[in-house]
Amino acid sequence: MNMMTGVSPWERLIRPDRVHGSLYTDPEIFEAELKNIWYRTWVYVGHESEVPNANDYVVKSIGPQSVIMTRDEQGKVNLLLNRCSHRGNQVCSFERGNARSFTCPFHSWTFANDGRLVGYAFPDGYEGQDKSQLALGRVTRVESYRGFVFGSFAADGLTLKEHLGGAAETIDRLVRASPEGEVEITAGFLKHRVKANWKFILENECDGYHPAFVHTSIFGVADSMIGKLYGGASTALTRDYGNGHTEIDLRPEFRKRDAPMSWFGTSEERLPDYTARMKAAYGDTAAREIMIDGTPHVMIFPNLFIAEIQMFVIQPLGVDDSVQHVTALQFKGAPDLNRRLRQQTMGSVGPAGFLLADDSEMYERCHRGVLARNPEWIFLGRGEKRQRQDELGFTVGHVTDEVPSRGIWTHYRKLMEPA
Amino acid sequence: MLSRESSATLMSAITAFLYREARLQDEHQYEAWEKLWTDDGVYWVPANGADIDPERQMSIIYDNRSRIALRVRQLMTGKHFTQTPQSNLRRLISNIELMDEQPDDGDIAVASNSLIFESSLRDDTLWAARNEYRLRHVDGELRMASKKVILVNNDKAIYTLSFLV
Repeated sequence: MNMMTGVSPWERLIRPDRVHGSLYTDPEIFEAELKNIWYRTWVYVGHESEVPNANDYVVKSIGPQSVIMTRDEQGKVNLLLNRCSHRGNQVCSFERGNARSFTCPFHSWTFANDGRLVGYAFPDGYEGQDKSQLALGRVTRVESYRGFVFGSFAADGLTLKEHLGGAAETIDRLVRASPEGEVEITAGFLKHRVKANWKFILENECDGYHPAFVHTSIFGVADSMIGKLYGGASTALTRDYGNGHTEIDLRPEFRKRDAPMSWFGTSEERLPDYTARMKAAYGDTAAREIMIDGTPHVMIFPNLFIAEIQMFVIQPLGVDDSVQHVTALQFKGAPDLNRRLRQQTMGSVGPAGFLLADDSEMYERCHRGVLARNPEWIFLGRGEKRQRQDELGFTVGHVTDEVPSRGIWTHYRKLMEPA
Repeated sequence: MLSRESSATLMSAITAFLYREARLQDEHQYEAWEKLWTDDGVYWVPANGADIDPERQMSIIYDNRSRIALRVRQLMTGKHFTQTPQSNLRRLISNIELMDEQPDDGDIAVASNSLIFESSLRDDTLWAARNEYRLRHVDGELRMASKKVILVNNDKAIYTLSFLV
């Protein structure tokens, strides 16, 4: 609160149609974001399929913090902080594996994969010590939705389902592309680092204004159908689900095409096994609808981006240092589809991807750009006058409109302002 | 087993080929570089180790011949912004070895190390890699049937890699 004017600094920095450039570059604001966003709200951490068996673990993150996602012997998924309760050493130095326990190499303290301290070296020096007070730190709340595991460091607050709100339906829609109703994350991650603030990435994920320009080089040489989806005549929509979740809804365009699997640039004939399994699972009519609509393009605030065929996890490391973790989505019971998903993902994203190399170039140029002090603002007014409510009451706009950015900043301000 | 003379001749031809490839890459001579490939060439830059299964796991690049051509065509547009302006590059190729003790009429297995200095709008970046090739004589000229680039830090988060590595 600015005592002189009574106006919150966030109100000055975040206006309905513009935000201040310092929001992307001020190290103090970044520290405040860690506290008020990353270490408070629900953050996506990992997927249950990455730890399919008892005692499997995989190292993930929440912001700069290293988090070990384990499946303990009882089958429960835990999010443990990778920090020995003794002197702070990291207890796990491998990205994945199968282990009942983690032994810190510093003084040989050993923790079960549910976080309990089960032993320390030369225990006679700890006479009377209650081991239960020295467990590994944990992410306070852990919940999952259709296999997607989220963590929150806040003891109280919205449930995950409440946080996801209307955007939960996009995940329902996603898993229906599997004949068994499940996504699997099994193809390993590409890790693409950018020297830019994480919010440039967040806002770009549902920015439908840029593809025609940023991706013109690949659309021009690859016979891509994607360009038209983001053209001026497109009937696709941008949507603000609230709570910072945003979507580009391409279904209106895919429904016009009325051709199953056209959303993925292919056809039923080229995926006979998948088509047969989908029809067997959902019936001809529903399978056809699912295969016409395709999978969602949704940005779950603050870090899970489902981009039709792949999944990105955004990790902020510093005010100008971010990592995009990306992998192909894999659908249980769909081997022929999965192979194409991996091939397309490898071509388009990651450090050498036909699409993401150019997106990431924009993030880095934007970050350097906003270090210039005039004009002070990022202008986000596109489509403000023509946005409307859809039948469920969510704000929607043309696919090229900045409905998503405005939604993100509205939510951001709520999180950053003191309650 | 090749005689000492023919082995030296082959090594000399391979070395010249690898230096030439390096120069074409450094100088962004995309079409000339593309001509170094056989019709069935595979360009592979694995992620997360050297020995992943590229048919199952994500790679940074896993291009068949048509995707190599697409990569070159994108660079040629002049609108691939990550390479507009182009990175300034110079690379050193060393430790060139014939990996087959007894090369026959088939592909020649060759390996080298590379150290690449990239200067781009972002910053200066140093890349290091093990390169494993299968080279083949086509119409009397050496060609790449496969090139695998194992970046030393391919298990970490890396910056955009949009030049030809």
